[in-house]
Amino acid sequence: MDRKHKRCTASMMDPRVSVISGRLKGVKRVIAVSGGKGGVGKSLVASVLALILSDRQHQVGLFDADFTSPSTHVILGASKIQPLEDNGLVPCVAHGLRYMSIVAFSHDEALPLRGTDVSNVLIELFAITRWGELDFLIIDMPPGISDAALDIMRLVRRLEFIIVSTPSLLTFETVRKLVRLLADMKAPVLGVVENMKMRESTFLARQVAAMGVPYLGEIPYDPKVEDALGNVKLLRETVFARKLSEIASKLESCP
Amino acid sequence: MYMHEWALAEAVVSAVSQIAQREGLKFVSQVKIMVGELQQVELDIFEFALTQLKSGILEKAKFVLETVPARLLCRVCGKEWSFARNSLARDASEAVHFIPEAVHAYVRCPKCGSPDYEVVTGRGVWIESIKGVQHP
Ligand SMILES: Nc1ncnc2c1ncn2[C@@H]1O[C@H](COP(=O)(O)OP(=O)(O)OP(=O)(O)O)[C@@H](O)[C@H]1O
Ligand SMILES: [Mg+2]
Ligand SMILES: [Zn+2]
Repeated sequence: MDRKHKRCTASMMDPRVSVISGRLKGVKRVIAVSGGKGGVGKSLVASVLALILSDRQHQVGLFDADFTSPSTHVILGASKIQPLEDNGLVPCVAHGLRYMSIVAFSHDEALPLRGTDVSNVLIELFAITRWGELDFLIIDMPPGISDAALDIMRLVRRLEFIIVSTPSLLTFETVRKLVRLLADMKAPVLGVVENMKMRESTFLARQVAAMGVPYLGEIPYDPKVEDALGNVKLLRETVFARKLSEIASKLESCP
Repeated sequence: MYMHEWALAEAVVSAVSQIAQREGLKFVSQVKIMVGELQQVELDIFEFALTQLKSGILEKAKFVLETVPARLLCRVCGKEWSFARNSLARDASEAVHFIPEAVHAYVRCPKCGSPDYEVVTGRGVWIESIKGVQHP
């Protein structure tokens, strides 16, 4: 081989990563619904927020990025979620939302994945999913600062975060760390939602304000939610949805 | 309607162009691509898509595709085995085609039944090497 010729070993280069930002080109805002702890209501907030924004005539996508315990399809009662193969994958439409979940591929089976597998799935899905033109892509994030969450932050540079917390000191402890980490990573935080409130307390609101992060509002523990799961009509009528609706207005008016 | 292979080809073309520019190539003469068996990529369609999508710095590039057998290794008992494409039902096979990791939902270690195994080789599409001519 003469000097003009060059052979580069490209084995470090994952071809899929290079197309991800292009795939999200038509998406105006990507909102990651995250939380410091499990079970605080991330999936419920992500799903109902997506419905509310869609009811207000926005084009909305919902991506369930929790591969270990996907739950938005249960919340929405979405049964036929097969994407369409067309130059990649076109998400199915569920109750007006462009919807993507790992359940389309794992069906009813458990999908035990290691960290590198999860990274691979995330890269593959971001690389082949054609979201098209969207006002909002809502991502139901995997827990806290797991490998998977870090991967999404790396792959999608324009995430805006909503952090869901309960009123508990224990939840706030992890939220505090998450907020610091996001600040270090220069990721914008839209604010904290206080979910499952059971009694009057200003603890979380004060703590959040002290960190210089917007307190977006509170949602009470709503006993009607359980029976509304899987039925979007009933979900829309819950106190949960009404309170989240006020929070959604604040998000709409952000940049 | 184009198959999913077109999206993979788009990714390869975009990545190769980026690498070639970074490495200061004037044009790319050959790209070697490894295609893992697990993903069951339709080679004809994939190759056709690559030749249709190439342009600019890749105009003259020749794509060499090589299939890599899928080998699975159990983390629990150490058993190593090959993935047999026709062992899956149609739905499962299609899922693995889009998301190779979905294999963990459908295939168990043939010796101990564990879903905790590693895909050692042959997962998906990979760029192995790029040959080209540098700017003088
Ligand atoms: N405000 C509320 N009132 C009543 N029930 C609620 C409320 N918020 C959430 N829930 C319920 O609490 C449970 C946990 O909510 P959800 O699954 O959304 O949490 P999560 O943070 O996504 O959990 P995970 O960390 O497992 O993904 C669900 O059964 C949900 O219906
Ligand atoms: Mg959840
Ligand atoms: Zn085994």
